[in-house]
Parts: sequence; C-alpha cells; structure tokens
Amino acid sequence: RRTVGRAMGLAGLLLFLVPAVLVSAGFCHGAPPTERAPEPAEGEPVSGSFREDSLWPLPQWLRTSPRQLQLAPGRFQLVHGAGSSAGPDCGLLQDAFRRYYEYMFGQSPRWTRGRGPPGGRGEPELSQLQVVIEAPDPGCHSYPHLASSEAYHLTVTEPVAILKADEVWGALRGLETFSQLVHEDDYGSFLVNESEIDDFPRFAHRGILLDTSRHYLPLKSILTNLDAMAFNKFNVFHWHIVDDQSFPYQSIYFPELSDKGAYSYNHVYTPTDVSLVIEYARLRGIRVIPEFDTPGHTQSWGKGQRDLLTPCYSGERPTGSFGPVNPILNTTYDFMTKFYKEISSVFPDAYIHLGGDEVNFDCWKSNPEVREFMRKQGFGIDYAKLESYYIQKILDIVSSYNKGYVVWQEVFDNKAQLKPDTVVQVWMGNNYAHELSSVTGAGFTAILAAPWYLDYISYGQDWKKYYSVEPLNFPGSEKQKKLLIGGEACLWGEFVDATNLTPRLWPRASAVGERLWSSRNVTNLQDAYERLTNHRCRML
Amino acid sequence: AENEPPWGTPCTQLLVFVATPGCDGFPSLDSKENYKLSVSEGSLLLSADAIWGALRGLETFSQLVGRDENGTYYINKTEIVDFPRFPHRGLLLDTSRHYLPLRAILETLDVMAYNKFNVFHWHIVDDPSFPYESFTFPELSKQGAFNPMTHVYTASDVQTVIEYARLRGIRVIAEFDTPGHTLSWGPGAPGLLTPCYLGKEPSGTYGPINPILNSTYKFVTDLFQEVSTVFPDFFLHLGGDEVDFTCWKSNPKIRAFMKEMGFGEDYKKLESFYIQRLLDIISSLGKGYIVWQEVFDNKVEVRPDTIVHVWKENPTPYMEEMANVTKAGYRALLSAPWYLNRISYGQDWMAAYKVEPLKFKGSPEQKDRVIGGEACMWGEYVDVTNLTPRLW
Repeated sequence: RRTVGRAMGLAGLLLFLVPAVLVSAGFCHGAPPTERAPEPAEGEPVSGSFREDSLWPLPQWLRTSPRQLQLAPGRFQLVHGAGSSAGPDCGLLQDAFRRYYEYMFGQSPRWTRGRGPPGGRGEPELSQLQVVIEAPDPGCHSYPHLASSEAYHLTVTEPVAILKADEVWGALRGLETFSQLVHEDDYGSFLVNESEIDDFPRFAHRGILLDTSRHYLPLKSILTNLDAMAFNKFNVFHWHIVDDQSFPYQSIYFPELSDKGAYSYNHVYTPTDVSLVIEYARLRGIRVIPEFDTPGHTQSWGKGQRDLLTPCYSGERPTGSFGPVNPILNTTYDFMTKFYKEISSVFPDAYIHLGGDEVNFDCWKSNPEVREFMRKQGFGIDYAKLESYYIQKILDIVSSYNKGYVVWQEVFDNKAQLKPDTVVQVWMGNNYAHELSSVTGAGFTAILAAPWYLDYISYGQDWKKYYSVEPLNFPGSEKQKKLLIGGEACLWGEFVDATNLTPRLWPRASAVGERLWSSRNVTNLQDAYERLTNHRCRML
Repeated sequence: AENEPPWGTPCTQLLVFVATPGCDGFPSLDSKENYKLSVSEGSLLLSADAIWGALRGLETFSQLVGRDENGTYYINKTEIVDFPRFPHRGLLLDTSRHYLPLRAILETLDVMAYNKFNVFHWHIVDDPSFPYESFTFPELSKQGAFNPMTHVYTASDVQTVIEYARLRGIRVIAEFDTPGHTLSWGPGAPGLLTPCYLGKEPSGTYGPINPILNSTYKFVTDLFQEVSTVFPDFFLHLGGDEVDFTCWKSNPKIRAFMKEMGFGEDYKKLESFYIQRLLDIISSLGKGYIVWQEVFDNKVEVRPDTIVHVWKENPTPYMEEMANVTKAGYRALLSAPWYLNRISYGQDWMAAYKVEPLKFKGSPEQKDRVIGGEACMWGEYVDVTNLTPRLW
C-alpha cells in the first residue's frame, strides 16, 4: 500500500493552486491486510493471489511466489539494461524512471543514497530494475500508434529484476505493473514478491474521451487525467475539443474561431497548451486523437467563421439562426482544406476524428439554396445523401494530408463512401452488437463506445455494468471480430467540469480499462472488486 | 455598455443593527433569522431581531453586490424583507461510512451558510466505523475507528466544528444512532451488542444493542451524559432506524426475555422497550430528541415534543407519513425526497426543488408541525474526493 498518493506528482511539474480541500495520502483507510492465499504451484498462471499486490488491469500471464525481496529506496534504481536499444538519451524512459521511482517511494527527501547495510528483515535485496528494449528502433523519440507494441515481460528475482519489451511503450506498461507489485509492510519496508509476468493488451485501442466544449477543462485537469489513464494502461486520449457550445482550440490560420467562439479569452487552448498535452501524453504512451466534429455540432464555429454554417429559413426569410456546416458552398471546402492542413500538422497522430454524428437536417431543408442544390445533384429529398456528399469531400481533404480518420457510426449508417482503413466508432446504445456486426461485416475497423458512456451516472457500484461488457459478443466471423480494435470510455461534458471530472470518471473508467486490456476470461466481479478498491486508493 | 447604471453616491458602510443581544449564544430551533435590508443612495442598512438574522442578511447583501465589466463594484437600490419559511433547514453528513477530514466538514459548513442552511446533522458513527473520540469510553474509537490515530474526531475537532458552525448560525445536532447501526460500537464495548446464535451456539457475529442487560443502560447513560455536555444543542438525534430483528430472534436469552415480558413474537415491542428507556435517559439529561420515523411507526411512547424524521418512501408514501406524524401531534422533519446520495444523470436538482413539504391533507395545526427538512448525503459512496461536487 502506498503512503504517498500518486496525484501529488503533478504538483512538482506545475505550480498551481491546489483546491481548498487537499487530497493527500492517508485518507484511504483500507481494510486490514488479509491473509495470504496458499502458495501456487510453480508455473501455473494465477490471478491476483496476494492482496498486497493488487494489479490493475490484470496481466495476461502472471506467476508470483511468496518469496519476497526488499527494496531500499536509497539504493534502488531503475536503469537501462545491457543490450537495450534504448539508453540515457531516451528521454521518454528517463522521465518514466523518475516518475515511477516517485510513485513507488514518494518524493520524500528521506531517501538519501546508500544508508548502510540492509537492516530489519532478512529478505534479499532487489537492487535494480533493468529495462531492456529489444527492437532496433526503441521508439524513444517517436509517437505511439495503433500498431505499437505494448507487450512486456517482467522477471522479478534477486538481485535484479528485468523488464523486457519490444518498444518503449511496452516498457511503460511494464513499469506501471512493476510499481503495482511493490508494496509496503506494516513496518514501512518496501517489498516485492518474486514474480514473472508476461503481458500484452487484448485490444490495441483503449481510449478515454473528454469533452472540452460543453465545459472548458483547464490544462491541469487534462494532464491529471492523462496520469490516471497511464495508471490504467489506457493509450488513446480522444480529445473532443470543440462542439456547439464553445470553440476553445486556438487556431493559427483562423484565430477568430476561438476569439469569437470560446467562452472567454481565458477558456482557450493555445498552441503551447496543445503541444504540452501531446508531449505529456506521448511520455505515457498515449496517442492524442483530436475530434473536430462536423457538419453538425458546429454552432460555435459560426461565430468566428462567417458563412460557414447554413442559414436557416422560415419561408422566404432567414431566421437569423444557423444549422450545420453549409455543404453547398465552395468556400466551405476552401476553409476546411486550410483548417485540416493545420490540424494535420499540429496533431502528430495518424488519425483524426471527423465526427459526423447527429446531423439535423431541418435547417438544410429550410434553406432554398440548399434545396436547389439537392435538386441539381439529383438527391431528391434524401438529405442523408447531402450529408454523405459533404463527408466525402472532407474525407478526401483529410486523406490528402495522409491522415486516417475515425468517424461516428452515422457516417457509415448513412452510406458515405469510406476508405477501407476508416475506423467507425459505435456509440448508439440501441442494439450496438448489431451495429458492430454491420460495421465489421462491411470490412471496416470498429471501436466500441456505446456501453461506456460514463457521463450517465447512477447510484451505487455501476462500474460492474461497465466491467461486464464483452465487446466481442456480436454475431460475426473470426475475421470480423478482429476488426474490433478496442473501445473508449466517454465522459461527455454537459454536466462535467474541473470540479467534478476526476471523481466522476475514476475509478469507473478503470473497469473499462481492464476489460480492454485483460484477457476475455477475466470476469470475476468479486476478485475485480478487491483489486479495484486497492487500485483506487493507490491512484489517489 | 448597454446596461450602464447611473452612478450615485459611493457606498462606504453597511450598517448592521441587531435588536436583541446574544452574540455569545448558540442558535436554536426558536432563533429568529428574519432581517431587513435597505439599500438606497447614501444608506446601506441591515437590521435584524437577532444576530442570526444579521448573518442571513449579510449573505444576501454579499449576493447583491455585483461587478461590472470594468471591475467596479456596484449594488442596486433594493428593499428586502426576509425570513425563513421553515426554521429547521438541515444537511446530513455521514462520517462513518467514510471518514471526512475536518476541513471537508468546515468547507461544507461554509457552503451551508451560502445557502442559508442552519442545521448540521452530524451522523457521526454507524456500523462501519466509530470516529468519535469519547473521553468516557476511549476504547470505542480505539477499536472502532478505521484508524484510531488518523480517522477520528478529537474533542478539539468537535469543538472546532461546533464553533465554526455557530459563527455561521448553524446548529450542530449529533446523531448516535441506536440500537441498530451499531456494529462499530462492539469492539470497544464488549457485551454491548447482542451476540447472534446459530442454533445453540453463538455464531461469533453481533447484532443490535442488547436491550435486556442492565449494563446496556448504564453504558448508554454514561455515553449520552458525555454527548449531552459536548454538544450544546437542545436536541440530540437518537436514530432508531432499520433495526434488524434476526439476531435478537436467534438469541435464547432474548427469547426468554420476550416471554417474560409477554411480548410474544412481536420484536417491535422489544425495540420499543429499549427506545423507551433510552428516551427517558435522554430526557433526564435535559435534552430533546429527534428520531427516525420507525420509532413513531413502531408505536414507541415518545414525549410530545419529539421530532420525527421522515425518510422512507415505502411502504407508506412519505407525504402520507408526514400527515400521520403531524396528526398524532408530533413535529416532523422531511428528508425522504432529498437523499442526495442517490445520484442520477442530468439536472436532478429540479426534482428536489419541486418537492412541496406541506403537500398533504391536514389541518393548519398539522402543517405548523412541519418544522422543516434535511438534505442527506449518506456516505456509502462518498468521501472527501467527491463530497463537494456531489452535494452542491
């Protein structure tokens, strides 16, 4: 059990005002330590035998022994192992070493170097964790992507523990696991059980969606959330950055968008802010996929970009209000071409989320020029065709910048022509299994969000219902099932801001984290409850 | 700017006039909280019968002060006459299911003052933990707190809460809930709780307070003697809810007692037997009491000035219960529709807002007996990490 909450680590990074009620360690009382489970036979995979080591998410293969090793904070080191393709110039790992050291031992100035021989317990000392990256290109200076390897192999035995991974991303996952194995006994000694772990994620896309349009989220909130994601091995931050209500993204080419569309000058993300988020995420093996949702959900865009949105009509007269992006004007596509050029260069991930959900056709229908356009194009009165016409052009624009795209399911449902590597995000709750069948049946990659709308709060232990979702429970071939690459827990912002984000999202999202990382047969709620309660205290 | 106000004389002083002295006393159910606020050119006057009204008026005054886009503070010419509709406007915090550090309680008291709440119902102990440090029975928290070094309220903490509340015109009503909800009392008070039986043998588990032993009543007297001196409010909340009879039924000595007393199989009579004696003890200590509705529902004999706290939505709909309680001549407090721990998606504040406490069939005298209500934040899923955004 930790004595120092991990959340304190951020205080060292940024100087900010901690809110009136400090969350510090020690308020997580926890139950008294339970009796150890009987020794497992050698070589048999076990799950979570020892309650001191509450691993979350549960690794794919794990063998622990009751034999314990001691760690001396003054001497213990996280280092690059011999033969590793990564070395001291690997900033990502250097940063991780310091971060995980602090998570395990706290930031106490107590831990001065080498304080004499090991006292107290007779256990052998574990002096190092050596990290060995095996791929010729470790990935230290690159961005994580969908095909990145997050696998790792951890051997904890005296005198040194070895963490092997193909790429640095696996090392990050392994460091998190190792830090979860280290625990304190009643006397304050740091111990770790001899163990061997072989681990890799079940799904490659494990995301969290945050909505910074309905309520602005200060940078600190986003960064704290990235920390929490790393504790749970999430690897995608789906940044739903703008929407109807506000446009906080400060665009370089179109500064008026946030000048006029943000809640205030204080409620923006400057290019520096955005870079900070991207790098902070990268150091934790987290991809940042921005979502610029069009043609619906764009009211705030119209404030700073005149003539972008469709003017709505009542009879012959414009009403003064606006609808979705106007799909019939060339200026729309000129704007989008330039806008997505910027987005493509600002956000390094291979994918951009283009939205495409909940397009209300009423305004288009009311506009005589739009109706005229429909006639000319031969769309009849099928406005889904107009929507697809628009989406098509946006997809082509984005493709020309060599980006892949993620879209909400309506884009697929309304039969737009999608590139084969499009990712379709299934969010509608009604019979989502059927939708997954359709999407993957048509050969598209899918990610699942529908059962994981965490903004829908309810009383009691609702984490269980998120945990109990089995993403592959849909009719389909093996080939189809492979197309479901993962899922996302979504925290829409209608009722969420910095005052309640963290307790609302966590540890409920942890349930989704394990579902997406761990093996399909890890479903025991009682075992999960025991590990999750300890994990939650550790996260504080 | 569009709404540029005509600037009058800059206001330099808010004069506060209080008719009745009493700065050093504690607020009570009868405290007067009415005030008048008069803002006009060159004159800002807040007048109240008692200091409690002055506190309410200061809060209102602070809400009237605005700031324009240039940063200038201003206030509109205003006349306000204000007083509370109900004299008991409370908030319940549960510090047993999860310990709440002192600053969480103090922060809550601040926000209560912003909203003119005037009763802090401190549900301080319950089954999961006993954080109250008793000087008469120090073992209660030593054995019963989650961590007796860190998760306790010392005497000094308690006094801090009481004074912090007083300075905001908030009464602190402590609840030591018995005979149920007392598992955490057991370790520090051996022999207090009923040993449950499995057949002829004790099972090792315990149930509610043992109502048949004299030692129980000695203990209760001594504990409440302390509690009565520590908490200055006239009222104590004695709980009395959700008493599970299974354990009592399993215990042969209790069954024998039931027979001796002629209670038959009606364990409600045993519950009443305990509560009766408890109420007499509290009365002799010079305190009044609030009890959860079961005490009334189970027909315990209570003093006429008992306040019954209505919290259940079934089997009797709470409005019907309010009618029954007030019809029987008792004062009532409403909490049933205001269990704020039961979170739900969206703007659920509206459901709480729409409740009309007097919406039941009854005489005007009955309606007068509804003295107010309490929003409850039970702690099963609440600790310092989420208390504030969940409650406010």
